[in-house]
Amino acid sequence: MALVKYNNNSISDITSAASVPSGAMTLIKTLTASSSSTLSFVDGSSDVVLDSTYPIYVFKFINLHHSADGGQISFQGNAAGGSGYNETLTTTTFEAYHKEDDSATSLAYTTGNDLAQSTSFQMLFPDMSNDNDGGSSGELWLFGLSSTTYVKHFIFRGAMHHRADYAFDLYCAGYFNTTSAIDEIQFKPNTGTIDAGTIKLYGIKDS
Amino acid sequence: MSIKYANNNSLSAITTQPSGLSSSAMTLLATETASSSATISFTSGIDSTYKEYVFRFYDIHPATNDTELQVGFRDGSTAYDATKTTTYFNSLHYENDSATSLAYVAGHDQAQATGFLKIITTGLGNDNDQSCAGELILYDPSNTTFVKHFISRGTAAHQEDLTQDVFVAGYCNVTAAIDGVQFKMSSGNIDSGVIKLYGIS
Repeated sequence: MALVKYNNNSISDITSAASVPSGAMTLIKTLTASSSSTLSFVDGSSDVVLDSTYPIYVFKFINLHHSADGGQISFQGNAAGGSGYNETLTTTTFEAYHKEDDSATSLAYTTGNDLAQSTSFQMLFPDMSNDNDGGSSGELWLFGLSSTTYVKHFIFRGAMHHRADYAFDLYCAGYFNTTSAIDEIQFKPNTGTIDAGTIKLYGIKDS
Repeated sequence: MSIKYANNNSLSAITTQPSGLSSSAMTLLATETASSSATISFTSGIDSTYKEYVFRFYDIHPATNDTELQVGFRDGSTAYDATKTTTYFNSLHYENDSATSLAYVAGHDQAQATGFLKIITTGLGNDNDQSCAGELILYDPSNTTFVKHFISRGTAAHQEDLTQDVFVAGYCNVTAAIDGVQFKMSSGNIDSGVIKLYGIS
């Protein structure tokens, strides 16, 4: 009997893997900034999934570079069927920092960066460096975005190169105070553009 | 027509997965198990393949009492001496409930330093049941434009019988690629424990 050899082409029609495990973390979408005024992830658009498919979603920020020295990058969500990135947020924020010349350190709550029942964008990276080597990275976890019962929690941690040559360790947590599902997330700078960098969206399975 | 069965051999020519199949974004690249080890080094596999690398360590038990788990980054030479500026803070709670704390620890951060960085604990105990665990995330190590950010969080059993939650972050202030990472204790060997390296696609 002749041996039948399968190759990449001959299995190209396969779209599901039956019971073969594929891991719990799935890359959904990668957006690469290029002088971008916004970076948006919209469920059902451009292969983005932000619905009940996954109970947990993770955004990873890799070397975001702001066009303006001291610029900021923040985020908001939009409820399914809604318009505008203006959901109600209550959040906490704190940070640690250390200056490169060892002249200053801090660990403190940052009142100016938190929100209380606000529809503004939530600060993630404040006061960024736009030096050529000044990127910032981190991750944002969002839980139960499709729930129509509970508020939508999220947690963030970021490592930022500050415009005055500090290392910053940034924290934010809170919730969208809505029982509507959230199916769109947008990131944007306060001024100028996100000059460069990558934002990746992952889904985390629960079974 | 006869039925054609596929087996492992007949599928050996397949090297890529059809686009319709999902795969895990997290790939285990290496596992290192300490056994009275002076150092644990990851000298390959840290390159442009992934934008994010995650080290997970658990059951790290030091041979010497009152030590710290440290990390160094290799940026082109054979030494793990990339220049770093970092932050370090922790919370702690004694087993006897006598004290708690949340504070920045200036003695364990670095300012443009090339030495090994304390990432997990102050005063890790070496009682038989004491150890530390945690993770270290390194972003885009092969990038030759930006500094190399990293964040770490670890929990440890202190030699004075308290638990610590340790947060470290910062950057290798170099534009050279980081192509190796080494872990070692501040004194003595890593008696036992496991460190795993993952790539995030």
